Amino acid sequence: MIAPKDETRIGVYVCHCGTNISAVIDVEALAEFARGLPQVALARDYKYMCSDPGQELIKQDIVDKKLNRIVVAACSPLLHEATFRRVAEDAGLNPFLVQMANIREQVAWVTDDPVDALAKAKAHVAAAVRRVSKHEPLERRSVDVTPRVLVVGGGIAGIQASLTLAEAGKEVILVEREPSIGGHMSMFDKTFPTLDCAACILTPKMTAVKDERNIRLLTYSEIESVEGAVGNYKVKVRRKARYISEEKCVGCMACIDQCVFTKPKFPNEYDQGLGLRKPVYMPFPQAVPPVPIIDPETCLQLSKGKCKQNCVEACGERGAVLLDQEDTIEEFEVGAIIVATGFKAFDPSVMPYYGYGRLPNVYTSLEVERLVNAAGPTGGKLVLRDGSVPKRVVIVHCVGSRDKNYHTYCSRVCCMYSLKLAHLVKEKTDAEIYNCYIDMRTSGKGFEEFYNRVQDEGVHFIRGKVGDISLVPPENGEQSNRMTIQVDDTLLGKVRNFDVDMVILAVGLEPQPDTDDVRRMFGMSCSTEGFFLEKHPKLAPVNTANDGVFLAGVCQGVKDIPDTVAQADAAAAKALALIDRGTFELEPNTAVIDEDNCSGCRICNNLCPYDAIEYDEEKEVSRVIPELCKGCGTCVAACPAGVITGVHFTNDQIFAEIEGMLFDAMPDLLAV
Amino acid sequence: MSEKPKGKMAFYWAASCGGCEIAVLQVDAKILDIAAAFDIVFWPCATDGKTRDVEKLADGEIDVCLFNGAIRTSEQEYMARLLRKKSKVLIAFGSCSQEGGIPGLANLSNRKEIFDTVYKENSATFPENPDDLRPQHETEMPEGTLYLPVFYDTVKTLDQTVEVDYYLPGCPPEGDNIWAAVTAILEGKLPDPGSVIGAHSTVCDECKRIRTEKKIKKFYRTWEIKPDPDTCLLEQGLLCCGIATRAGCGALCPEVNSPCIGCQGANEGVQDFGARLISALASVIDSEDPEEIDQIIKDGIPDPIGTFYRFSLAKSLLRRKKQTV
Ligand SMILES: Cc1cc2nc3c(=O)[nH]c(=O)nc-3n(C[C@H](O)[C@H](O)[C@H](O)COP(=O)(O)OP(=O)(O)OC[C@H]3O[C@@H](n4cnc5c(N)ncnc54)[C@H](O)[C@@H]3O)c2cc1C
Ligand code: SF4
Ligand code: SF4
Repeated sequence: MIAPKDETRIGVYVCHCGTNISAVIDVEALAEFARGLPQVALARDYKYMCSDPGQELIKQDIVDKKLNRIVVAACSPLLHEATFRRVAEDAGLNPFLVQMANIREQVAWVTDDPVDALAKAKAHVAAAVRRVSKHEPLERRSVDVTPRVLVVGGGIAGIQASLTLAEAGKEVILVEREPSIGGHMSMFDKTFPTLDCAACILTPKMTAVKDERNIRLLTYSEIESVEGAVGNYKVKVRRKARYISEEKCVGCMACIDQCVFTKPKFPNEYDQGLGLRKPVYMPFPQAVPPVPIIDPETCLQLSKGKCKQNCVEACGERGAVLLDQEDTIEEFEVGAIIVATGFKAFDPSVMPYYGYGRLPNVYTSLEVERLVNAAGPTGGKLVLRDGSVPKRVVIVHCVGSRDKNYHTYCSRVCCMYSLKLAHLVKEKTDAEIYNCYIDMRTSGKGFEEFYNRVQDEGVHFIRGKVGDISLVPPENGEQSNRMTIQVDDTLLGKVRNFDVDMVILAVGLEPQPDTDDVRRMFGMSCSTEGFFLEKHPKLAPVNTANDGVFLAGVCQGVKDIPDTVAQADAAAAKALALIDRGTFELEPNTAVIDEDNCSGCRICNNLCPYDAIEYDEEKEVSRVIPELCKGCGTCVAACPAGVITGVHFTNDQIFAEIEGMLFDAMPDLLAV
Repeated sequence: MSEKPKGKMAFYWAASCGGCEIAVLQVDAKILDIAAAFDIVFWPCATDGKTRDVEKLADGEIDVCLFNGAIRTSEQEYMARLLRKKSKVLIAFGSCSQEGGIPGLANLSNRKEIFDTVYKENSATFPENPDDLRPQHETEMPEGTLYLPVFYDTVKTLDQTVEVDYYLPGCPPEGDNIWAAVTAILEGKLPDPGSVIGAHSTVCDECKRIRTEKKIKKFYRTWEIKPDPDTCLLEQGLLCCGIATRAGCGALCPEVNSPCIGCQGANEGVQDFGARLISALASVIDSEDPEEIDQIIKDGIPDPIGTFYRFSLAKSLLRRKKQTV
C-alpha cells in the first residue's frame, strides 16, 4: 500500500478548529501554499480534522491517493498527535510518518493580525513538510509489567488508593514513614462541611489496611532507592528500627505501663507537642499498626545504655521488645508507583508580627485540631495553656497563603477548616469568635451552606488582613496573656483594634520539606509552588513525567479530603490500567548511543534526569536503557562525540525543520 | 601497481604554516610508493613548477590534489578554483583547509585591524613605517603596474570556496591516515564523496587514562597543576578537548600529560566543534549556582574562543566576529 520508497507523497491537512484557527488564518490560502511545496501530493482544509469525518478524510486519502507522509496543521501535538498517529496506523501507514504543525496555540491564538498569522502559519507548515520527509518509520516495543503497586505515604490518599487496588485483587506495598498510617486526617476531630467525625471515617479504613491480605503495610519505613522503569521498578525500603517487633506484639501496652518513666514526660509529636508521652508510646490510640514504638532519643537504654529495661520484662515471654533491633532493608518489585506524600502545615514562626512561639496563646490550626479532639491531649476540652477557657477567640485566615512573601497560592482548605474550627470552638466554649479573612472561599459542595450556618451561629466575620498581634499592656502592674488584634477592616474602611485571649492561625499547606529528594527518586518534576507536577492538568491529571508513577492527594496540589479521596481512586485506576494489561508500550523516540563509536568519555553518565544511562565498564562504552529514556535530548546535546542520536529528533530532521521555518529566507527550498 | 599507468598528483599550500607539507613525509619510506604510483605534476614547496603549467593541463587531468591551508587571499582563491577544475579528486588536507585552522582565528578581526596591528601598532613586526603605508592590491611603478593578492576580511575554508571531495583532518594530518587515504585512492576504495577520511570516534577512545563520572569544580591552566598520569585530564580540571576531537592521533598529547587541543577537529556528524565541546563541558560543571558557574568559567577559561574554536572558527556556525560596517 505504501508508495515506492523513492516517491514521497505528503498529504497536508489544514484544520479550521471551528473558528479557533480559521478566524485568524486564511486556511484556504494556507492549503494552497502547501500544495506548492515539494513532495506535497495534496493539501486540504477542513472544519474539524480531529472529528470522525476529518479522520476518515485522511484515511481515505492515504489509501486512494497513496500518501505516505501526513502533515496536520492544527492544534498542539500534545492534544492530538496521538489521534492522527492512530489515523495513519489505521490506514496502514507507520504512525511516526505524521507531523503536526501547531498553528492554533502558536499562531492563531497569539495574534489577530491575519497577514502575520498567514506568514507564520506558512513557516510552520513548510517546517513540518520538510521535517516529515525525513521521518523514518519506527516501531514501538512493549515490556511486561509486574502486577504489584507501591504506594508511598499512608495518609488518606495512600490509604484510599491502597484499598481500591487491594479490592481489585492487586498486591500493594504501602510505605509510611511515621509509626502509624492516617496522615493529617487522623489528627482531626471533625471534618468540614458535614462535621462528620474524622475517626469514624478514617479508623475503619486504617483497620481495613491492616487486615487486607493484599496490602503489605510498612510503617516507620522510607524508600531507600528506586531503580528500573515503568512496569518493572526495583524498590528498596528501609524499615527503621522501632525496637518492638510488629510480628510478636499483641498491642497489650504493658511495656508502656511498666516503663521506668512512670509519667509521660516528652512532647508527643503527633499532638503537635501539646501532649506528653513516654519514650515507649503509641502515637495515638487508634494507630495502625497498633504496636508501640520506642524513641531512641529519649529511651534511657538506647540513648545512655543504662536502664532497668522494665519494658522487656513487662513483655515477658512474648519477647516483642527488641532493644537491639536494627534498621533492615527490604526489596520489592513493582510495576507502578503511587506517590501520596501529602503536605506540611506552614510554620508561622517566620512571621514575627503574629507572635507564634512567642505569645503563649497563639496557636496554629493544627494544634487546635488536637485540642478539640476527644482523643487529643486535653481529652477534647478547649483550654489555653494555663488551663483557662478562652472567651474571645480570633481566627486569622490565609497565614502563609496568598502572601507574596510566603506562598502566593490559595491553600483552598483554610477558609473551610476555619469555619469548622469556629463552629467547634464556639460549641465547646461559647466564646465570641472572630474570623478575619481576605476573601471567603467556599466553592465546594455544601460549603456555602456551611458558611451560612456558622454565620447564623453568631460567629463574627471581619473582612481584612490582620496586621499585628501584641500583648495587652500590663494592667495594675500585672501582665496577662491577652492580646490586641489590629486588623484593617476593608468593609468599614478603617483599622480596628480589639482584644482576644486566643489566636488561631489558619496556616496554609505547603510541600513537604523533602519534596526535592522524593521528586528525584521517582523521576518527577515540581510545579513552581513546589508540589509534584502532573503530566497535564486536564489530559493526565494523576500521571507524571515518569510513566509508571502516579499522584494522589495534596502532594500534587492543595485540596480537601473529598478531592483527595477522588484523586486517590483515579490514581489507583490508572495504576490498575497499567498493571492489569500486563504489558506497556514504549515510545520509540528515545536516545540511542552508537556503541561502536562511543569513546567512553563518560560526559553523559550523570546527566540523564531519568537515570537512563549506564556505563559498561568492560566495553568502556555508555548505553541508554530504552525503558527509562524519555527522549528529552539532554544527553544528545551533551555528547561531545556526537554519537548519541535522538530517534525522531535527528540532526537531519531538526535542520530540515529549521530550514522549513526559514522558507521565505531560502527561496530555493520552494522549488518543486 | 607498477603495471598501471601512473596517476597525476598535485600538492598546494595556501594559508597555513607549512607543517602539512612536512607531514606528507610522515609516510616515511612509503613516499617512494607514492612516487611510483603518481607523477607529481605540481608541488611548489618541493619541486619547481609554475601556475601556468597547471593552467595548461586539461580539466580533470590531475587525479588527486592534496590542498592544505585556508583561503584568505585572492591568489589562494584563484589557486583553489584552478586546482578544483583540474583535479578529479580534491582533498582538503589538514585543519586549515578543512576548518580554517589557526589562520581562521583571524576572523575575530578584519583586514583593517590586522594591517593596523602589523604595519602601525606593532613595532616589532614593522619597525619603521613613518608614512603609515599599507600593502596595496595595485601599485603603479615606472616599470608598470604591480599586483599583490587581495587580502580578504574573512578567512574561508576550502569548501566554503570550492567543492571538496574528501577531508584529511589534523594539524597536521597523521602519517597513517595520509597513507590510508592514498591507499584508498590507489585501490579505488574511496568512501562517499564529502566524507572525512578518519576515525568515527574521539580521542578518549584512544586514551588510556582512567575515567569516572565527571564533575568539575575548577578548571586549571596547564602550568597550574602537575596532573596525575593515570587519571582523565579533564577530571583533574585540565580542559582536554579529547572528548570532542576526532580520534586518529593515538591520544598523543594526553599520553605526555598535555591536554588535547582539538587539532583533529570534530567527530563524524558533528556540525560545530566548539558548540559541542561547550555543551559537553557545561553539563559537567559541578554547580547549580549560576554565579558560581560564571566564576568557574571566568577563572579557568580565560580565552573561550581560542579554546573551543582554536582550529574551527572559520568552519563554525559563528564563522567570524560581527563586522561593523
Ligand atoms: C488544620 C487543617 C484542617 C483540615 N481540615 C479538613 C477538613 O475538615 N476537611 C477536609 O476535607 N480537609 C481538611 N484538611 C485538609 C486535609 O488535611 C487534606 O486534604 C488531607 O489530609 C490530604 O491527605 P493526604 O493523604 O494527601 O496527605 P497527608 O494527610 O499529609 O498524608 C501524607 C502521608 O504521607 C506520609 N509521608 C510523607 N512523606 C513520605 C515519604 N517520603 N515516605 C513515606 N511516607 C511519607 C506522611 O507521614 C503522611 O502520613 C485540613 C487541613 C489542615 C491543615
Ligand atoms: S534522551 Fe534524555 S532521557 Fe534519554 S537517555 Fe538521554 S538524557 Fe536520558
Ligand atoms: S558522552 Fe558520548 S562518547 Fe562520551 S560516553 Fe557518553 S555516549 Fe559515549
